[in-house]
Amino acid sequence: MGLAVGVVALLVGLVVNWWIVVAGAAIAVAFALLWVRDLARPRRLTEVPELEPERRDGRRRDGAPLPPRTYGRSAFLELSTLGLGGVIGGLVTLPALGFMTLPAFLKQRSGARDIGPLSDYPVGKFVVATFMARPEEGEVSRRTAFVRNNGAVDGRPSFTIISNHCAHLGCPVQPNTDVNVPHKQYRDVTLIPLPSPPSGFGCPCHGGQYDTEGNRIAGPPVRALDRYGFSVRGGHLFLEAPFSVSHVEGEGATARIHKYTFAFPGEHIDGPESWLYPIQPPH
Amino acid sequence: MATRSSRYERIMYPIDWLEERSGLVGGVRYFLFRKVPGDVDWFQTLGSATLTAFIVQALTGAILAMYYKPDPQQAYSSITHITNDIWAGWLVRGMHRWGASVFIILMFLHMGRVFLFGAYKYPRELNWIIGVLLLALGLLEGFTGYLLPWDQTSYWATTVGINLNGTAPFVGPFLAQFLQGGTYINADTLSRFYAIHMLLIPGALIALILLHLYLVVRLGVTSPPWSRHPAGSGPIEPPPAPPRTGLTRPEPRGRPVRG
Repeated sequence: MGLAVGVVALLVGLVVNWWIVVAGAAIAVAFALLWVRDLARPRRLTEVPELEPERRDGRRRDGAPLPPRTYGRSAFLELSTLGLGGVIGGLVTLPALGFMTLPAFLKQRSGARDIGPLSDYPVGKFVVATFMARPEEGEVSRRTAFVRNNGAVDGRPSFTIISNHCAHLGCPVQPNTDVNVPHKQYRDVTLIPLPSPPSGFGCPCHGGQYDTEGNRIAGPPVRALDRYGFSVRGGHLFLEAPFSVSHVEGEGATARIHKYTFAFPGEHIDGPESWLYPIQPPH
Repeated sequence: MATRSSRYERIMYPIDWLEERSGLVGGVRYFLFRKVPGDVDWFQTLGSATLTAFIVQALTGAILAMYYKPDPQQAYSSITHITNDIWAGWLVRGMHRWGASVFIILMFLHMGRVFLFGAYKYPRELNWIIGVLLLALGLLEGFTGYLLPWDQTSYWATTVGINLNGTAPFVGPFLAQFLQGGTYINADTLSRFYAIHMLLIPGALIALILLHLYLVVRLGVTSPPWSRHPAGSGPIEPPPAPPRTGLTRPEPRGRPVRG
């Protein structure tokens, strides 16, 4: 049990921190030694010269002290076979397990994505931008964001960029308006400027509804829609890392966004229910 | 008479040869002709029906793997190719697709039979536990197999399924990220599900099924609850006839010794 805890700590540490690796390795080694000692003890691998009932004073019937326990050759061979087998098994298994598990938790952040010149984003209108988060992975990495240019505030650009991943279970939410309108193409990014402002966003899977700031207004979602960070470089809008939002007060450029680290859909990020998810894997 | 006897010996020779060197024939005979309660009925066939459904899944799955390509670019087109172009592809894919539901339904029926007959009680508790593991693995097979057609239904159903796992307390986020091999469904998710569906879980299933069968044979079949015969009340059987041994050992004359 302790050995397993140590190995788990070691694996988690590989993701999180080297110090946890060291601590995990120490726990694992300590419990492995305890285990080996434990294995050796109760099996009566030692040679007992004659059977006689144990006495409380730990002495034989004739009063002589018990001979010190010694390990026989077969006990040594049995233990070393078990130990060597365990070491070999570990050497073979651990890298394979790590290879299976760790890549899912490493290098998950994808870089900023250029989603077109600012002129494609008229002030006050929503544009549906569909882009590839990792072009080298192809169409499977395609994601969608609803982008609204809020105009400049104190000379700095302001954008509302809402992810289309439903905060219930991750289905693609749709703008509640007509989206069968002409679209533009910027490299691999498809831009659909919505002529009429949507009344909100709705999910086709289980009926979650959101307002135009991404606040949940109906249905099963547990929080507001996620958002993307952004930056403007050389007159182009870049999408930065996504983050999760519990709720938004106000609208547009003056909105107060209650921002949290990115979490999977369906997870509460505030209130007592969020205590169920104390540790987030590195996204 | 002599010719018939020698013809019989000639037919039996390879079987005897195998039996003497492996004991397999006796093992199969023991498995097939073991004693079961006299009042077993059709309900007790649900287990072997489930096994048959599993074998159908394993065989059709292995054949489908010859044509299926677990790659985001080609998965869906290889599925349409199997269904529309390859001879009897629609049939084999259909068997695998509907057989999956049959397998799950039969597992539940078999489980219900065992529960209602009280066949999970001492000394068969361990076999119930193994059966529950088999059920869980079977459901996981359904979950991982559902993504493989790589169409809109399977993609979004799997998205929802993974995020459902993600809402489990404490471990959920890690489980979801492990399952999809990253923060989002990505280029590796499909081949990951394919490997789990095709290699990992079937291996575990086969091992557990063998253990399940071993315990069935070792512990015997339970009588139905309405059985009128108390256990162990049957007539005492005569000891089994001695096995055919010493028949195929090569002799210096080069001819088998007739027993």
